[in-house]
Amino acid sequence: MDAQAIIDSLSPLVPGASFEAAPSVDFATIYSPAEHIVATCQALRDALRFEVLAEITCADYLPRVPRYEVVYHFLSVSRKLRLRVKVRVTADGTVSTVQGVYPGAGWLEREVWDMFGIVFDGHNDLRRLLMPEDWEGHPQRKDYPVQIQKAAQTYAPLEVSEEQFRASLERDRVNRPH
Amino acid sequence: MSDIRTETMTVNMGPQHPSTHGVLRLVLELDGEVIQSVIPTIGYLHTGIEKTAEQKKWQQVIPLVERMDYLGAQSNSLAYALAVEKLLGLEMPQRVQDIRVLIAELQRIASHLIWIGTHGLEIGAVSMLFYAVRERELLLNINELIAGFRFFPSYIRIGGLREDLPRGFHAQVQEFLDRFPAKIDEFEGLLTKNDVYRRRTEGVGIISKEHAYAWGLVGPIARAGGSDYDVRKYFPYSGYESYDFKVPTATEGDVYARYRVRVAEMRESLKIAKQALDRISPSGVWACDDTRVVPPPKDKVYSEMEALIQHFLIYSQGFTVPAGESYVPVEGPRGEHGCYVVSDGTNRPWRVKMRAPSFMAIQALPTVVQGGLIADVVAVIGSTDVVMGDCDR
Repeated sequence: MDAQAIIDSLSPLVPGASFEAAPSVDFATIYSPAEHIVATCQALRDALRFEVLAEITCADYLPRVPRYEVVYHFLSVSRKLRLRVKVRVTADGTVSTVQGVYPGAGWLEREVWDMFGIVFDGHNDLRRLLMPEDWEGHPQRKDYPVQIQKAAQTYAPLEVSEEQFRASLERDRVNRPH
Repeated sequence: MSDIRTETMTVNMGPQHPSTHGVLRLVLELDGEVIQSVIPTIGYLHTGIEKTAEQKKWQQVIPLVERMDYLGAQSNSLAYALAVEKLLGLEMPQRVQDIRVLIAELQRIASHLIWIGTHGLEIGAVSMLFYAVRERELLLNINELIAGFRFFPSYIRIGGLREDLPRGFHAQVQEFLDRFPAKIDEFEGLLTKNDVYRRRTEGVGIISKEHAYAWGLVGPIARAGGSDYDVRKYFPYSGYESYDFKVPTATEGDVYARYRVRVAEMRESLKIAKQALDRISPSGVWACDDTRVVPPPKDKVYSEMEALIQHFLIYSQGFTVPAGESYVPVEGPRGEHGCYVVSDGTNRPWRVKMRAPSFMAIQALPTVVQGGLIADVVAVIGSTDVVMGDCDR
C-alpha cells in the first residue's frame, strides 16, 4: 500500500487535515499536520488497523525551517503493513500527545522531550527520562556541543574534615556498662 | 481487624540490585506484600550512543550500536547495516546473507542462554546460570574465532562482512549445533516440570496480545500472549523467507508462557542455524561488489593506482550515503530491533535511532505487576528479558 493510497483512505476520516506523501526508500511515508496528529493516530488505529505504535523519534534539521521532524512508525500486524508519519515542528512549536490512543507513546514522547526539547501538549508526565533530572539543555539538538564538561550538581562529593569525622564517631559511641 | 491503621511503605529496588538486570531502579509502594504502584527510573546506563554516532563515519558506527543491546550485539549491527544498505541500494550476495542469518541466530541463542540463566537464578534455580553460561562460552568462542572479540565482534559491516570466515569455523559451529539439542533438554529437565518453578511463574505477570500491542511490545512477550508476529516471517530480510522454521507461540501470556516460547525459540534458531551452515561454503564472497563501500581486493590495491586511491578514500574519508531515511526492523532476541537512519548525503550519519524493545518492556512493567506480590516483580522482570544497555542506549 503506497503513501497515496493511505492518504486517500485517511483523508475522509480526519476532516480538515491535508496530508502529503513523502519520498521514501522503504515503506509508505506521509506528512501530517501537527494539530491533527491525535485524530490521525485514532483513525490509523481504529479504521486502518495499525495496532502497534513501534516508535516515536525526532530528527533535528537545523538550520532548516521548520527545524524538527517528529517521526512516528506504525505497524499493522493484521495487514502486514508499515507506515511512517512525520510531523514538522518549528523551533518553539508543540505537538499533542498521542498517549490517549497508544499508551506506549508515553515514554517515547518523554525521550523526545528529553533529547530535543519538543513539548508534547497534554502529556501526563513530561519529565527527564534518560538524562539526570537537573540536566540543562537537550543533548541531541544539533546546536548542543558534543564535548561538554559539566560538574555533577546533585551529588557533590561529601567532604568531611578529620574533626567532623571524629566528632561523628564520638557522638555515635554509646557508653555501655559491662 | 479493619480498623487497624496501616500505611504503605516505599521501597527502592535498585539501581544496584542483582535481579534488576543492570541498573534499573524501581520505586515500589507496598501495602504489605501487595504492590500499590511502581515507578521505574531509567537512564543510569545512558551513554549518548546516538549522539556519538552522528560524529562518526558510517562504518565506525557499527561497534557503537553493538554496545547498545550488549547481549544481542549482532542484531543491532545487522539492523543498522541493513538500514544503511537500504539507503545505498545495496543487495548482498547469497553467501553473505546466509552467514548473517547464521550469526544472528547464534546471537539469539547466546542471548536466550543468559536470559534462562539469570531468570532461573532470580527465581531460585541458581544452578541454571552455570549450565547456561557454560554453553554460552562456546558461542563466545565462535565470536572470538571470527573476529577476535568475544562480545562485540563487529563482524557484520555495511556492504557485507569484515572478512572471510576463518579456517575451522564450520567444524566449531557444527560441534555446537550437535551438542546443543541435548543441552536444551537438560535445561527443560531442570525447569519445565519443576513444581517450584511452575508455582512461581504460572498465572503471574499476564500480558495479553492486546495489552502488548497497546504498549508497543512485539517479540517473545507478545508471542507468549497469542500474537504470531515475528519480523522474520512478516517482513523477511536477509533471505529468512527461504528457511524452514516455525514461530513458537503460547496463549496464556504469563511468565511460564514466555519461558516456553523462548525455549522453543532456541530450538527453532538451532534449526535455522543448521540450514544456514549447510548453505555456506567454507570460503567465498564475503562482501558485495559495490566499489563505493567495499575496498578493492588487495592485489589490485598493490598493482593499480585507481584501486589504491579508492582504498585510501574508503578508509580515510569514508563513503557517502545518499540523502534520505530508512527504518529496518530485525527480529532480535528481545523483539523488534529497528534502526532508523537519516542521511544528509555526507559521510556521517545525520541521525541514528534504535528502537529498543527493553525500553518498551520497562515502560509497560507497572501495568503488569500492579496489584501483584513483590516477589512476582522479580519473576516478571526476568521474564521480559530487559537489557539496560538496550533501554538507556
